[in-house]
Amino acid sequence: MNAPSKELEARELALAGMGVSRLRKEDARFIQGKGNYVDDIRLPGMLHMDVVRAPIAHGRIVRISKEAALAIPGVHAVLTAEDLKPLKLHWMPTLAGDVAAVLADEKVHFQMQEVAVVIADDRYSAADGVEAVEVSYEELPVVIDPYRALEADAPVLREDLAGKTEGAHGKREHPNHIFTWEAGDRHATDAVFQAAPVVVQQHLLYPRVHPCPLETCGCVASFDPVRGELTTYMTSQAPHVVRTVVSLLSGIPESKVRIVSPDIGGGFGNKVGVYPGYVCAIVASIVLGRPVKWVEDRIENISSTAFARDYHMDGELAATSEGRILGLRVNVVADHGAFDACADPTKFPAGLFHICSGSYDLQAAYCAVKGVYTNKAPGGVAYRCSFRVTEAVYLIERMVDVLAQKLGMDKAEIRARNFIRKEQFPYTSAFGFEYDSGDYHTALAKVLKAVDYPALRAEQAARRANPHSPTLMGIGLVTFTEVVGAGPSKMCDILGVGMFDSCEIRVHPTGSAIARMGTITQGQGHQTTYAQIIATELGIPSEVIQVEEGDTSTAPYGLGTYGSRSTPVAGAAIAMAARKIHAKARRIAAHLLEVAEGDLDWEVDRFKVKGDDARYKTMRDIAWQAYHQPPAGLEPGLEAVHYYDPPNFTYPFGIYLCVLDIDRATGESKVRRFYALDDCGTRINPMIIEGQIHGGLTEGFAVAMGQQMPFDAQGNLLGNTLMDYYLPTAVETPHWETDHTVTPSPHHPLGAKGVAESPHVGSIPTFTSAVVDAFAHKGVTHLEMPHTSFRVWKALKEHGLAL
Amino acid sequence: MTKKLISVQVNGRRHEAAVEARTLLVHFLREELQLTGTHIGCETSHCGACTVDLDGRSVKSCTHLAVQCDGSEILTVEGLAVKGALHAVQEGFYQEHGLQCGFCTPGMLMRAYRFLQENPDPSDEEIRMGMSGNLCRCTGYQNIVKAVQHAARKMRETATV
Repeated sequence: MNAPSKELEARELALAGMGVSRLRKEDARFIQGKGNYVDDIRLPGMLHMDVVRAPIAHGRIVRISKEAALAIPGVHAVLTAEDLKPLKLHWMPTLAGDVAAVLADEKVHFQMQEVAVVIADDRYSAADGVEAVEVSYEELPVVIDPYRALEADAPVLREDLAGKTEGAHGKREHPNHIFTWEAGDRHATDAVFQAAPVVVQQHLLYPRVHPCPLETCGCVASFDPVRGELTTYMTSQAPHVVRTVVSLLSGIPESKVRIVSPDIGGGFGNKVGVYPGYVCAIVASIVLGRPVKWVEDRIENISSTAFARDYHMDGELAATSEGRILGLRVNVVADHGAFDACADPTKFPAGLFHICSGSYDLQAAYCAVKGVYTNKAPGGVAYRCSFRVTEAVYLIERMVDVLAQKLGMDKAEIRARNFIRKEQFPYTSAFGFEYDSGDYHTALAKVLKAVDYPALRAEQAARRANPHSPTLMGIGLVTFTEVVGAGPSKMCDILGVGMFDSCEIRVHPTGSAIARMGTITQGQGHQTTYAQIIATELGIPSEVIQVEEGDTSTAPYGLGTYGSRSTPVAGAAIAMAARKIHAKARRIAAHLLEVAEGDLDWEVDRFKVKGDDARYKTMRDIAWQAYHQPPAGLEPGLEAVHYYDPPNFTYPFGIYLCVLDIDRATGESKVRRFYALDDCGTRINPMIIEGQIHGGLTEGFAVAMGQQMPFDAQGNLLGNTLMDYYLPTAVETPHWETDHTVTPSPHHPLGAKGVAESPHVGSIPTFTSAVVDAFAHKGVTHLEMPHTSFRVWKALKEHGLAL
Repeated sequence: MTKKLISVQVNGRRHEAAVEARTLLVHFLREELQLTGTHIGCETSHCGACTVDLDGRSVKSCTHLAVQCDGSEILTVEGLAVKGALHAVQEGFYQEHGLQCGFCTPGMLMRAYRFLQENPDPSDEEIRMGMSGNLCRCTGYQNIVKAVQHAARKMRETATV
């Protein structure tokens, strides 16, 4: 007999485990001003560091004069590349197999590059010192356009690489060429194109943008000369990898390096890399024997730490005249800036861009990505996406729209005709990815029904028929598939470390628990969702499960949080660690109840003797026994560690539809409706998922409608404050409607796939699709982002639609 | 650099301190008084993470000098809860999942605190406009609007009791 269902329900409820929209455990401190962010950390004797930066984009350093700065009261030191040279720290290796200047060595390569650092008593005197450091330059010709960079007579940017014809990813064909990376089958693809009745092509620019979390990057480095130990509090999405890098660079044994990521005010890819500011603060602390804090300001953040995108793409689709897609061919020129510091798994210099065959079943595909140097800041991070997946999804979704327009087909119809069908999963794509699961047709039908798609099209037709209508109406549709959860160590590593993740769970004698993780939350709510997973797995209320992350001295090694990998990788590690504990708990329960393990059933929070409701032991009882008197042959204690190496990536998908109205007089776009259906597999906390989708959609809206880092011909960044760089306010941000289907991942222990980046990845092409759709009756097939009112107004003028 | 003596009331407590004329209010609060709940996001008055309540209005403390505040009354996020009881705006943000990374939250709360005194029964549109000096990168604002409505309801209920 089962326990009465009400009692069972009450026990379930008490756990607040998986599937429950429980409120967040981290909120109490944040709503009371008790967070602990890097800039809140204050150590005894702490000094402040500020950075002297290059005013020009390309030039030789003629002279650096420190005297005036050193004369300022409160200034302790000024460090330049010359000072770092004896330590061999004036250059550092990048994650992409290149080197990057820590402080400019003889030459500056981009505007705002780090030239010197000033360490002083407080941030004001450090800033005074920065003003007083005199640097003179001999200006050199600047290269901003990546196509220009590859011309035979282009100025050579990286003189330090002179004569190096082999890069980290193969042959370099030009001094400004970094790599050419290819995926797919070129010959098969060419053959498909040759035979295809229909071919479309389109050039697409994905502009350079910046993740711009509200908290900038920074650190507090503290070297203890007596113990020889270095502790650094840092805004890092990957503290364990940083520890390894710091140890390799500094020669301090990894056991004496402690990196702590405290509360982090948003990351979105900006906080993956190791930046010169971190290295200089660490060196300064070692040199001066005192803690040193460095926190960049907003202008420094946008100008120098981690841009994203800057992909110049040429896409082609081959198809039948009925709209069956046969092949995809893509060529990309990727502007990597002055140093190749892209944050990708080491073997993938263009990340997972080859997910660009999307949700479609096609015969052959090929892509080539050419990385080049320009006089811009290094970076190339995944801004709220898995590695280069946003670029890939933008490409394929734009191309499918272009093809639909060429054939006069509806954009929903052409997608449904080309989707990978439910029964084809697991599906191996033309690029070799093995998609784990999906049901695209069901999801598309659900969205089209929810918004009454035929009625929208009818309304649009009526609007177009009326020449006096003050607005144009556009309908955008995107049906995307992501690849997240990097990743299987057979394919993915960072500097040789496999991209597994980890979890250590310890159940205490009185039945509460602590979990320590290799990931680090930056707003994702790990302290809540991870506890919910354990609650369900072990029958312990999530309220009494503490989750700790970010301290390399206590947490097991993990690769960190980015690329939607926390749930796919670390979430799986939690389940596996919990199941080890569960297995031990079963042995203890069997011992206590004097039955065989096979005679026990697990029910919510307890093991019960089969067929006898009265005989049971709760996880709480078992925990006590584990520490009090475990059965003979069992170690005391109740804990486990698991390092999870995923067998595959996960492939979340979504169907997004946007309706917007464009004012024909002003070019202003107003999003009337945005319907986002996401399928991230098993859902752990629906409230948190919905919140993340809102946030991702808003970041996507920002990119599509306003974000861009424009440069003039001299390499001046023309928008590096929040006055110029677009972060939408509550006023412009649309209202979001969310929906979901659930197609669990067959290879993930919980069936979960990851979600927070889907809305960013999926929404950007949806906005473009909607804006272009408003002009489609005039034969417009593409308009470049960002779709600012001015640009849209220019398009209105160009096509005779302006009022 | 010469310093000037100022006297300010912060979260109900009087503080006297000698500050440089150039010291920003946000640095005074964070470093002198060690009230680190008030955050710095942009230093140009755009993001609102540093919003505090100064003599009954919302100000961005990153572009306010501490010396300008001599004789003023200031409320920061640390002063919102009274004897451990959360203020309605704090309760609203918690209940409606109005925060994620938490960095904009203190500024949002302080703005909501003042906004709801200016407009105790706002529409969603009025909230969006009234909170538009505060940027959030995580939530997409939708739950922030709900959080402010939650607080407004709670404050109206309490007021009529």
